[in-house]
Amino acid sequence: MSLRLEGLTRRFGARVAVDQLTVEIKRGEIFGFLGPNGAGKSTTFQLLTGLLAPDAGTLYLDGQAVSALDARFRARLGVVFQHPSLDGKLTGRENLELGAALYGLPRTVARPRIQEGLALFELTDRAHEPVERYSGGMRRRLELARVLLHRPEILIMDEPSAGLDQASLRRFWQQLITLRTEREMTVLCTTHQPEEAAYCDRLAVLDGGRLIACGTPEELRKRVGGDVITIEAERPEEIAATLRAELHLDPQLVTDSDPPRLLIEAPRAHELIPRLVERFPSGRLLSVGMRPPSLGDVFVKLTGRGLGQEAA
Amino acid sequence: MSSAAIRVLVRRDLLRFFRQRSRVVGALGQPLIFWLVIGGGLAGSFRIPGAADVGYVQYFYPGVIALVVLFTSIFTTMSVIEDRQGGFLQAVLVAPTSRPAIVLGKTLGGVAIALVQALIFLALAPLAGFSLGAVDWPITIAALLLTSVALSSLGFALAWWLNSTQGYHVVMSVLLIPMWVLSGAMFPPQGAHGVIAALMRCNPIAYSVAALRRGLYGPAYPAISAQVGFSHSSTALELTILAAFALGALALAARLCAKRT
Repeated sequence: MSLRLEGLTRRFGARVAVDQLTVEIKRGEIFGFLGPNGAGKSTTFQLLTGLLAPDAGTLYLDGQAVSALDARFRARLGVVFQHPSLDGKLTGRENLELGAALYGLPRTVARPRIQEGLALFELTDRAHEPVERYSGGMRRRLELARVLLHRPEILIMDEPSAGLDQASLRRFWQQLITLRTEREMTVLCTTHQPEEAAYCDRLAVLDGGRLIACGTPEELRKRVGGDVITIEAERPEEIAATLRAELHLDPQLVTDSDPPRLLIEAPRAHELIPRLVERFPSGRLLSVGMRPPSLGDVFVKLTGRGLGQEAA
Repeated sequence: MSSAAIRVLVRRDLLRFFRQRSRVVGALGQPLIFWLVIGGGLAGSFRIPGAADVGYVQYFYPGVIALVVLFTSIFTTMSVIEDRQGGFLQAVLVAPTSRPAIVLGKTLGGVAIALVQALIFLALAPLAGFSLGAVDWPITIAALLLTSVALSSLGFALAWWLNSTQGYHVVMSVLLIPMWVLSGAMFPPQGAHGVIAALMRCNPIAYSVAALRRGLYGPAYPAISAQVGFSHSSTALELTILAAFALGALALAARLCAKRT
């Protein structure tokens, strides 16, 4: 099932949270919306799931205009929220039963699917425990089991990595990729994590509610010219000024980490590093590193800010 | 409208309620303490002219049952705010379940819990001097049912409209508790100041207390109705006003829930 968002716009007073967003998502694709807080990702998620009404724009499903409020459309969606939307007082199984009933699954259909979901996500042993005793990773898996009960054709996830450690995140995405292939599901997700965005087939990069780039992770990474040198220093502004004046480089100061980092794109980064170390020999640099560009670097290249910084 | 969705939302509220012992104890304990302390405290000084046999513990009892329904309905539907903050409500809203089904599911959840609690409390009726054999059960159950539908719907509407449980408590303190105090639960309309008596006549919860009193006294009610209840009232009038209150509150809840942010 393909999905097209055309000119989707949502304002909150004078602020435009999503501005004329147009993207096309192909059937079976994992499509991500990447951007920092305030970029318009969660508003897009709410517009797609019918939690918010758009001020303008149309949603097309297989070429047909649809309303996100239409129950038939919502029946084809599976929605994963940023924080698991489970009832902690109910057991895992009861949460699944509740989810199945909300999507109108008859008990005879729901029962085997619940068993199957619990087994698939390795929760059978804990199915009779209240969810408030589950770990973050288990809750995320239970939520995924719940939203898959009605066999959605499109899975929409808002920051699914929230609260997950790296191991749980990897496991979650591995299961998701397998399911996408088996069930030919289209997957949409919002994220501000470059590591998570890397699991997507294609990405829409959002900033200030606008689409600023769209492509595969590889295509986006190619926008960065060469490798990336990262420099941590106590006075990064001074280092940046020296680099610009003396070495004719264009470092970007990224303040979404502590200490702030300088990022330098360089086609032959390995040759540049010795020169940098020689230029600042008296301990003014805390660390110097080199790596292939990440999707976070792509965002810095496009906006001059890191993904950890609020949208302008 | 999905009956399965309504059923599952009702079941959820019941499961949640009975798994939280503090809620069960609080919901029953608070009105019980009210009844025993206020009823016992005023027992010696409260006299109803023309109804000397009616002690305050007995007079206060129907009002305390209304309080059980009020507290339970209100606190059950307050979970709408917690569900919104915890994310559960959003999961319900994105499902293909209709908004009226969500309103009914949550409201009937509150109704079910309120009825269970009120019926448990009704078992104490003999201690208040009411004979369970003399109780007019159809009137009593109808009054409880309509009151709990009305208050659960009102609670849902308030919770849908408000963003915080603190705000909900404030509304409850300035609106619902005064409504209960002015319901005839604590003192009869006869003898009250003219303004207060007029407010009591406009208060739908007063008709709930009146109908409960009528049901609890059963055949003995007509003899004392003029002293403890509204003069010129009737079962039909009380239940009709309660039904209108319930339908109005339900319509308000459905209307608010239908709106998207």
